[in-house]
Amino acid sequence: MMKSKLFWPIVVLLIILLINLFFDKNFFTIEVKNGYLTGSLIDILNRGAPLLLVSIGMTLVIATKGVDLGVGSVIAMAGAVGAMTVSGANGDSLVPLFTAIAFVIAISILTGIWNGVLVSRIGVQPIVATLILMVAGRGIAQLITDGQIMTVYYDPYTFIGGGHLLMLPFSIFIVAAMLVIASFLTRKTAMGLFIESVGTNPEASRLSGINSKNILLMVYVFSGICAGIGGLILSSNVASADGNNAGLWYELDAILAVVIGGTSLNGGRFYLMGTVIGALIIQSLTTTIYSIGIAPEINLVVKAIVVLIVCLLQSPEFRKKVFGVFNMKQTEKKSKNEGVSIS
Amino acid sequence: MKRLFKGKKILLLMMSLVFLLSACSSSGTGGQTDSSSSNGAGKSSDKLVIGFSQVGAESEWRTANTKSMQNAIKDAGHELKFSDAQQKQENQIKALRSFIAQKVDAIVFSPVVETGFETVLQEAKDAKIPVFLADRAVDIKDDSLWVTFLGSDFIEEGRKAANWLVEETADTEGDVNIVELQGTVGSAPAIDRKEGFEEVIKDHPNMKIIKSQTGDFTRAKGKEVMEAFLKSDGENIDVLYSHNDDMAIGAIQAIEEYGLKPGKDIKIIGVDAVRGAFEAMAAGKMNVTVECNPLFGPQMVDLIEAHLAGEEIPKRVAVEESMYTMDQAEELLPTREY
Repeated sequence: MMKSKLFWPIVVLLIILLINLFFDKNFFTIEVKNGYLTGSLIDILNRGAPLLLVSIGMTLVIATKGVDLGVGSVIAMAGAVGAMTVSGANGDSLVPLFTAIAFVIAISILTGIWNGVLVSRIGVQPIVATLILMVAGRGIAQLITDGQIMTVYYDPYTFIGGGHLLMLPFSIFIVAAMLVIASFLTRKTAMGLFIESVGTNPEASRLSGINSKNILLMVYVFSGICAGIGGLILSSNVASADGNNAGLWYELDAILAVVIGGTSLNGGRFYLMGTVIGALIIQSLTTTIYSIGIAPEINLVVKAIVVLIVCLLQSPEFRKKVFGVFNMKQTEKKSKNEGVSIS
Repeated sequence: MKRLFKGKKILLLMMSLVFLLSACSSSGTGGQTDSSSSNGAGKSSDKLVIGFSQVGAESEWRTANTKSMQNAIKDAGHELKFSDAQQKQENQIKALRSFIAQKVDAIVFSPVVETGFETVLQEAKDAKIPVFLADRAVDIKDDSLWVTFLGSDFIEEGRKAANWLVEETADTEGDVNIVELQGTVGSAPAIDRKEGFEEVIKDHPNMKIIKSQTGDFTRAKGKEVMEAFLKSDGENIDVLYSHNDDMAIGAIQAIEEYGLKPGKDIKIIGVDAVRGAFEAMAAGKMNVTVECNPLFGPQMVDLIEAHLAGEEIPKRVAVEESMYTMDQAEELLPTREY
């Protein structure tokens, strides 16, 4: 079941990467420069880190049949809070850095609680509840930065999004850590089962003894934390906070990554690894567009076409129609099996 | 019945209030020095209400421009209604409509993109509100829709940038490979700075733009795009031409992380001359920035006053500008306002 879900996204990701190889022979080369490993693949991971984080959080929210539209704004807010905390700090001390991280995580937990309470306790539909933060959050970020781009002159701050550990960009480790935490919680404890159960039928789950409300609250808090750390990475990477543009449309990219990864918006099932592949597809696509020199005017069209192809490939009906032409009998058998696994 | 009567009374009161208010405002907009209606000094009747719709706050340059405009309007004793479009055309159209509804005396606006403003500008014209374009032009055939366009000549900026490069690389044998970071797709500065630059380098066959991509005028995008350029073309890149300084600053970070020396291995040309660019130049990381002067608030206020006084104004007024190189940076840095 897992295999068939991940198969097509991985194929698309590989195709995108291979297209790059066609234009740039050194695309897969990873070399040591200035003591760090560098290469396009590492760039994709590094640049994709914020999106990966946000998408991991989004996956769990979508698994409960919800959606978190507020993540883009949380990114902007986290960046603004982080940058403001360290503005004017002395570069010799690490205290402001940790204060900033603490503040950012605190504010992202707060946003998560806000969304979670609205959805789980008050019963507002997730799309409406999180829309509030999507609009208001960016406003708050702009209030914090005074509508300006705030530049940070405190070097330790840039470590989070621009620093290196073991020759690799530090942000990759953050993503890996969050991914491990999420996988552990959902696959090694009963949490994942609870989330899927709440996503399928919250009332039945409640009757069977699951605290649906707290599960809902938790996934929104987790999503908020992921977005907050993502915002910290983004802001730290360019040593500035931009309330207007930081994290703009990230919520949509994250939802896209989750869907490409095979998680249904109907909730009840989720594939963390699928989401990771989905986010990587989106980021490699962006990087590809930059490096093979597609005219900026048609960037979005190219992106849309690729996304469409991925979505079509994900659909068993579509595959049946297209590949069925070549091999009717086999595909029919196959799609029957897949039809079961998808619902 | 009593209730109805009471309601009528309130209605009457409201109507008289509305009448009073409209009388006040008409004396204000009339611009006549009629001492009987204005209760203060004669100045208050000359007070204009000016609506200003700004693109956003995407760069230090824009911020300086906003401040200059706000201060100039306030210093001249006029009232300012300010609206930040946050890079979205729909916000801007909404803002313009609200200015029209509020019957302001003049509208100043910097269009987010060049096209799509016909309807709303026609509405302003029908309401007899003069429109002044600041910093960015619109691409509309009917030039009666606005009074004048005060702003930098972006094409000339592109030419200046290219001319500097031609002079700088005059002794270089072989190809000069240029990568370009464009502004927001469809915006006037992006189109014109590209056009002016290409116009000059076209006569120099050894100069080639090998990659050109949009960085949306932001630091984060500038860095991301430059990173991709470096990975695909790396050491082949000789020159970076960035349509604004902020993208160049982002790109400088990318170049340093890649292990090359910005300013030496890759020559960096920016446009705008913001403070950050001077800091980068003083540190030897950037070569030149073409000025795009944002402090034209007072000039704009003069134009508005002249127009309302019935003077003839040319359709295009240019802002005074120059260009700064690395050697001048350290000296000039403390004097930069933005």
